[in-house]
Amino acid sequence: MKIVVQTEVFELGAEVNAMSQNRTDIGAIASFVGLARDMNEGSGVQAMTLEHYPGMTEKALAALVKDANARWALLDVTLIHRVGRLQPGDPIVLVAVASSHRGEAFAACEFIMDALKTRAPFWKKEETAEGERWVDARVSDDTAVARWEKIP
Amino acid sequence: MKLRVLYFARLRERFGVAEESLELAGTTAADLIAQLQARGGVWEEELAPARAFRVAVNQEIVALEVVLTDHAEVAIFPPVTGG
Repeated sequence: MKIVVQTEVFELGAEVNAMSQNRTDIGAIASFVGLARDMNEGSGVQAMTLEHYPGMTEKALAALVKDANARWALLDVTLIHRVGRLQPGDPIVLVAVASSHRGEAFAACEFIMDALKTRAPFWKKEETAEGERWVDARVSDDTAVARWEKIP
Repeated sequence: MKLRVLYFARLRERFGVAEESLELAGTTAADLIAQLQARGGVWEEELAPARAFRVAVNQEIVALEVVLTDHAEVAIFPPVTGG
């Protein structure tokens, strides 16, 4: 299990390789990487700054990974979220989930991202040609996390 | 009771303060919000019932009815936008 908040860039291949190194029980690793886009709400984004709540962030991420572990038979989870100033194209977040079979890995990976979107205290501020603006939370994020309550 | 109150992101910028210690006259998170709203101006505006904000006590998101304890760390922030 690896849960990290960092300013540095991460490398998907290295993280996934580290999970399966020296073990042969893993049958599936599903991963997700979220990237900073150059466009949001109809205007160009030149850069963004990610702020967080040190202390609570780590606890919130650990709690949602714990929820995923309680729900599916997982062999390992890596969750990395960056903070600080990022440019379009930069990776923001990485989730990788290892399991015996793909079903658990796919589902848990998506669950962790959906839960992170509404439970982890990160905030994005974008720099656009019109000035700086805080990103508003999306209703679709609440909808995405709520559907897990209905899935057995 | 004495509380340590933290503000994040847009609320920190609007209030012009990241952290403060204050004396709460009431007992719940809702009492704290009411006390802050009574400051008027941006406080009244941003913490109005129709505005979306979250409250965390000792680093866990809570409902406004939660009863606070002396020296609790209370954070008030906008809905999160990570990922």
